[in-house]
Amino acid sequence: MIPLVKVSRRDFLRVVPAAGAGLVIGLRLDGRRAAAAERTAAGADAGATGAVTSGAAAPFSPNAWIQIAPDGVVTLWVAKSEMGQGVRTSLPMILAEEIGADFSHVKIEQAPLDPRFGDQSTGGSSSVKDSWGPLRQAGAAARAMLIAAAAARLKVPEGTLSTRGGEVVQSKGGKSLPFSALVGDAAALPLPKNPPLKDPRDFTLVGKTPPRTDTPLKIAGAATYGIDVRVPGMLFAAVARSPVFGGTLARVDDRKVKQMPGVRGVVTIGRGVAVVADTTWAAFRGRDALEVSWNEGAGASESSAGLRERCDALSRTPGKAVRSDGDVEAALAKAAKRVEAVYEAPFQAHAPMEPVNATAHVEKDRCTIWAPTQDPGDPLKQIMTITGLPKEAIRINVTFLGGGFGRRLNNDYIVDAVEISKAIGKPVQMIYSREEDLRHDFYRPFSLHRLTGGLDKEGRVVAWRHRLVTTSIAAWDNPSIANPERDEIGGAFDVPFAIPNVQVEYHAADSRVPRGYWRSVEASFNAFAVQSFIDELAAAAGRDPLRVRLDLLKEDRRIPYPDPTLVQDTARLRAVLESAAKQGSWGAPLPARRGRGLAAHFSFATYCAQTAEVEVSPEGAVRVARVSCAVDCGRVVHPGLVEAQLQSAIVFGLTAALKGGITIEKGRVRESNFNDYEVLRIDEMPVVDVRIVPSDAPPTGIGEPGVPPIAPAVMNAVFAATGKRVRRLPLDAGDLKVS
Amino acid sequence: MPRYTLKVNGQDRVVDVDADMPLLWALRDTLGLTGTKFGCGMSLCGACTVHLDGEAIRSCVTSVSEAARGAITTIEGLSATQKHPVQEAWLGEEVPQCGYCQPGMIMSTAAMLAKNPKATDKEIDATLGAHICRCGTYQRIRRAVHRAARAMTGGPGGAGGAGGGGGANGAGGPGGGR
Repeated sequence: MIPLVKVSRRDFLRVVPAAGAGLVIGLRLDGRRAAAAERTAAGADAGATGAVTSGAAAPFSPNAWIQIAPDGVVTLWVAKSEMGQGVRTSLPMILAEEIGADFSHVKIEQAPLDPRFGDQSTGGSSSVKDSWGPLRQAGAAARAMLIAAAAARLKVPEGTLSTRGGEVVQSKGGKSLPFSALVGDAAALPLPKNPPLKDPRDFTLVGKTPPRTDTPLKIAGAATYGIDVRVPGMLFAAVARSPVFGGTLARVDDRKVKQMPGVRGVVTIGRGVAVVADTTWAAFRGRDALEVSWNEGAGASESSAGLRERCDALSRTPGKAVRSDGDVEAALAKAAKRVEAVYEAPFQAHAPMEPVNATAHVEKDRCTIWAPTQDPGDPLKQIMTITGLPKEAIRINVTFLGGGFGRRLNNDYIVDAVEISKAIGKPVQMIYSREEDLRHDFYRPFSLHRLTGGLDKEGRVVAWRHRLVTTSIAAWDNPSIANPERDEIGGAFDVPFAIPNVQVEYHAADSRVPRGYWRSVEASFNAFAVQSFIDELAAAAGRDPLRVRLDLLKEDRRIPYPDPTLVQDTARLRAVLESAAKQGSWGAPLPARRGRGLAAHFSFATYCAQTAEVEVSPEGAVRVARVSCAVDCGRVVHPGLVEAQLQSAIVFGLTAALKGGITIEKGRVRESNFNDYEVLRIDEMPVVDVRIVPSDAPPTGIGEPGVPPIAPAVMNAVFAATGKRVRRLPLDAGDLKVS
Repeated sequence: MPRYTLKVNGQDRVVDVDADMPLLWALRDTLGLTGTKFGCGMSLCGACTVHLDGEAIRSCVTSVSEAARGAITTIEGLSATQKHPVQEAWLGEEVPQCGYCQPGMIMSTAAMLAKNPKATDKEIDATLGAHICRCGTYQRIRRAVHRAARAMTGGPGGAGGAGGGGGANGAGGPGGGR
């Protein structure tokens, strides 16, 4: 562990005095929570350098460090959780590039939560996007200091020196000095004010695809996920929870369970009754044997069918207008043709392969946690309340995550583990069964969309009204929130088409079902509605859906996004759309019951378009044969990771479009495990081809933007193949059967 | 509780657990072999796959008493150096994302290729269709299976595997416990 000092300066970089540690620079990378706070702050202007400016706006507290050790090894300490996206490769690449280090001598270490360091969350497809600027600046500062040290040593002008492969080298075949020989001198130098960044034309690592640094561990079964944490003396716990959301414990009889082999104790916690045992299996068995009853409360009457009716009724009335261009009602009234359609997308679970779990050890004077979390800072206050400990006594170690997809931004499971450990006085690993993982999630909101469009006599789109009804995420956290649409309208609000009369309205629907961030958040359902409806309007006008989109995007315009730091550029959207259409052989003939569909969507500052080719069997089964995906995510650090994230997002989105959803009946989740909450498997995997549209813009998000286009691309393809419109997800094969 | 001697990765390990405890939990919680993963508990996802006498089995639904009858191989014991051709192929194709499901995928693939080194895409679907990767690494998995198959049969391109260690490495394939 590197020595840390408390610093408070209105800076974003700081040399950290660290005797014997070589050169240490602290820097600040902001995560999802900081970004959200910035969004709500008035007058926030961040743009591409948002992380840097926000770091400068607050008192300086580093949450990442780089160290060049006396042996020349470069270490990046960063609290970005590795959940499949490859941050332990992409982030050190940025740093190695800017310093001129040998990438094979750059290590990344997972920084634990240190309450002094603020936001350490991982989400919103932000890791590379938000780290790019700060890591380059920190790297450039280190490089400048190494060069200054070498210049003094060699008595040559700094301008004749550069860095490469872990050495400072003199131009024209002069001398070279390894970093190890220079760190001592460099650490004594002042931090340069505005160190020049490398010219991207000189990049030798960024833009290449070196091997991921974590693959050797992951193929050996040696990566430590949360579930793999082993602490001396630890026990395992499983919790009985109210099957109905909002239910409370009525009565428990644990006498039999306490006699079961391997069971060490039964304790009641805030969210249920925990059985603590020698093994996970004994804990599961004990939990299943508890005689427990619940006060189900008012939540027991909730159902997906009832929610659908309530949302449908709301969608027939005007909602809160979040965007109004022109006069949509007047334009609809005088349109030559009026088209209306209602779309629906269900609650969705995250279902990461590693079920939700955490390990906690509460002791008298400290609390230690090991957890696969996307946001170790989030549960801190609750842990302080439960343990009565100051934040300095609480340490949260972040393990590898066996998938996240947004589930692990909510840290209920850490809180449970802390409560259990405190009650039992031992280190405890609390783990969900798959059934609990599906039934006690924070789900992607349920959404219903009523879209109304108007065409003029020439078939041009003159009016667009989108009434969006969802069970808001923000209102789940805070039912009285003034802007429940906060995390619901992206992709609907910013519909990019040049239509003179546009109105987007929002209604929040009440529900006791917990909601949270699910890979791509609201973009996943809004893209489905918007990109399906534009296809419907094209069909109503008797025109080609690609042509209609391109016509509506043909002028270069900049479309505001709900997050004021983001702007959508129609030229970039058009470019990915044209690319995906070409990749997918748009317009080439296909046999009967085969079809192509496309969709293009802007999310997380990235442009992504997909062409899907499907085959629909006479029984109505849909096989997605091919997906052609084009993306513009700014400058690419590691093209292999970008390709992998897009393949991944397409599979994730296909599962939600084709397979299942979470259904509420009598206040509880009907689905239980992968038998009735099915996910896409290898035999259903389409061929996915990815093309990265070259860009010099700063890097933008890549973990999520591949999800939104896939459902509408596939359903538009189904329409092309069958003439039938799928407006409710997931797809029901029965609807597509040849009658 | 009864005592069982489990032959795991070539070593005899004594566990003192219920006869019907699934092998998964004996491996993970009793023996500390955490490379084998828990995903569903119902033989639906394949994350817990290990070999029992060379056959890929789901350790989440195989009792300790049943497993005690044969030789068990887990991901930790697939090869002494973690250079089994399937692992090398996974490395070469950069398969893992979160990586959680991959020990199960690798164990199933190793068992399949040991029996059928010329597995077709259909046979790959049949075997690995019993597994789930929520990150959706399927396209790379398929490429890696073919790459491993080439390496194990010494076929064309086999020697081009990661580390160039392919070639006639069939003998390194998974047998029963070793």
